[in-house]
Amino acid sequence: MSTHRQALLVSAFAKLFKNKLATACAVFLVLEIILLALGPLIAPFSPDETNVAIKFSPGIWAKFSRDASYAAKYVPGHIFGTDHLGRDVFSRLVIGGRVSLMVGFVSTALGLVVGTFLGLLAGYYKRLDNPIMRLMDILFTFPGILLAMLIVALLGVSTFNAMLAISIWSIPNFARMVRGRALQIKEEDYILAVRATGAKDGRILFIHILKNCLPLIIVIATMRMATSIISISTLSYLGMGVPPPAPEWGSMIAQAKEYMWKMPSLIFIPGIAVMLTVISFNILGDKLRDILDPSLKD
Amino acid sequence: MEKILEVKDLVTTFRIAKREYPVLRGISFDIHRRETVCMVGESGCGKSVTALSIMDLLPVNAHVASGSIVLDGQELTTLSHRARNALRGEKAGMIFQEPMTALNPLLTIGYQLTEGLRYHKRLDSKTARELAVQYLKKVGVANPVERLKQFPFQLSGGLRQRIMIALVMSLQPSLIIADEPTTALDVTIQKQVLALLNALKKDMDAGILFITHDLGVVAEIADRVVVLYSGMKVEEGPVEAIIGAPRHPYTQGLLHAVPNVDAEDFVIQAIPGTLPHVTEEIRGCRFHPRCPYATERCRQETPVEIEFVPGHRVACWNVKESAR
Repeated sequence: MSTHRQALLVSAFAKLFKNKLATACAVFLVLEIILLALGPLIAPFSPDETNVAIKFSPGIWAKFSRDASYAAKYVPGHIFGTDHLGRDVFSRLVIGGRVSLMVGFVSTALGLVVGTFLGLLAGYYKRLDNPIMRLMDILFTFPGILLAMLIVALLGVSTFNAMLAISIWSIPNFARMVRGRALQIKEEDYILAVRATGAKDGRILFIHILKNCLPLIIVIATMRMATSIISISTLSYLGMGVPPPAPEWGSMIAQAKEYMWKMPSLIFIPGIAVMLTVISFNILGDKLRDILDPSLKD
Repeated sequence: MEKILEVKDLVTTFRIAKREYPVLRGISFDIHRRETVCMVGESGCGKSVTALSIMDLLPVNAHVASGSIVLDGQELTTLSHRARNALRGEKAGMIFQEPMTALNPLLTIGYQLTEGLRYHKRLDSKTARELAVQYLKKVGVANPVERLKQFPFQLSGGLRQRIMIALVMSLQPSLIIADEPTTALDVTIQKQVLALLNALKKDMDAGILFITHDLGVVAEIADRVVVLYSGMKVEEGPVEAIIGAPRHPYTQGLLHAVPNVDAEDFVIQAIPGTLPHVTEEIRGCRFHPRCPYATERCRQETPVEIEFVPGHRVACWNVKESAR
């Protein structure tokens, strides 16, 4: 990597970190990813270990309660308390988050690769434009989560199928944006200049045009991460994502909803985890867009 | 001298609103090795379309309808697009008008300079880089090794145009088409780039088709000049003849329109009227509505080209009459 390339990256990051909110989101996400990556090492208990004797024990906040009997219910070690089967909520949160983030990442990556490829082809070859984009339109006609549910219903409930469903849902988003950008870039002088040196289509498309689509792709991918994470949680909540008893933020909320009044923290903890993650990705995507691709601003 | 390019009766049409309109109406000219041919004319007269026709880079709604283009002994018009793509760069290179936009902003100079060498000449990246450095030196770029790592936005317009020239030259084409390569540069840089092209021409063994509307540039660089008007070649000849003793009223008009700051009371004599639109059909000579010497014959018949002095050809009825 050349020094100039580094200088470019540094200037992009410098701009990003000038914004306090974006910095906070980036820091939060990095910490979260480290935490989840180390999940099995950090989790004090097995996420599936039940112990009915200590079910519904409150988290560490109980110790600060004036009600002595409530404070006495806190079981040391279970900092976020336990659920209806006495499983440690913190362990489930840390292990379950791995699934959410992994599914979000893999399905965004899959959607990115396929969507970008189709978008580039549609933008560059006029005769492929209509077939590809009409197919994308068909995918677009289904409201997002319904499409994912339809695919899961057809393929059966499993983590892999949920991931596949979410990636298919991501494809048209990438394809449409990349096509638009490719259409614009192929008219640029430097593309004509490259053609004048006898470059083949593949080289023009996958080096010269793709490279100029990258800022856009990075921005969409960040935004899609948020959508994918919330989608897998939604699917799991509806029982169409990660099958129980495996922990996942959405399925944790689903299981906790019966005890909503008895112990709201069971819903709040995974709920806040999803919310913070999704908001962070969205804000980061927003700021990245401002830096990398101001033309996308509404 | 060996002919490098032979264009004969080239007709290129554009499809506008589902009708075909000729933009080039049968243009013929030759370029020899180590020769610079300047193509001049107003904007819209078909200079760039000629270049793009030779390169097979016409926009999608345009195509070469008839005529022949022979490059280095090979007929191009019958080849497939794929075959012509393989010849681009290696046989014919092109330098563009806008150095600011002709380089990919997100790729390093080094990448863009070595790219063609790697796929045309099958060089490994190390040899290609060495060659690129050599060519950068040839076009007078200081610190070439450092430049390879930079991005286009870090360089000035003049520097970028030098890099474009190095890029085109490094593939050693037999024909270089330069489409107004100095128009976007300021005058001092323009001078340097022209001097560079003149110097390079000697050791390049290539023919240059230089497109411009600047007659000052023509005087400086051309060996021969082709004057186009509305898709027709109106005059062709050695640069001394065209600048010194133009015969076609359009060429004369162009020369009168060059500002001369030395003259005490110089008035630019613009040619009255405007260039006819491509969709406009004109009976007779296409220049007659603007021509001060137009006769009845000019209004009725398309002039035939005559070679009244060897090498100096004019398509004008009046010149033909006076020569008789």
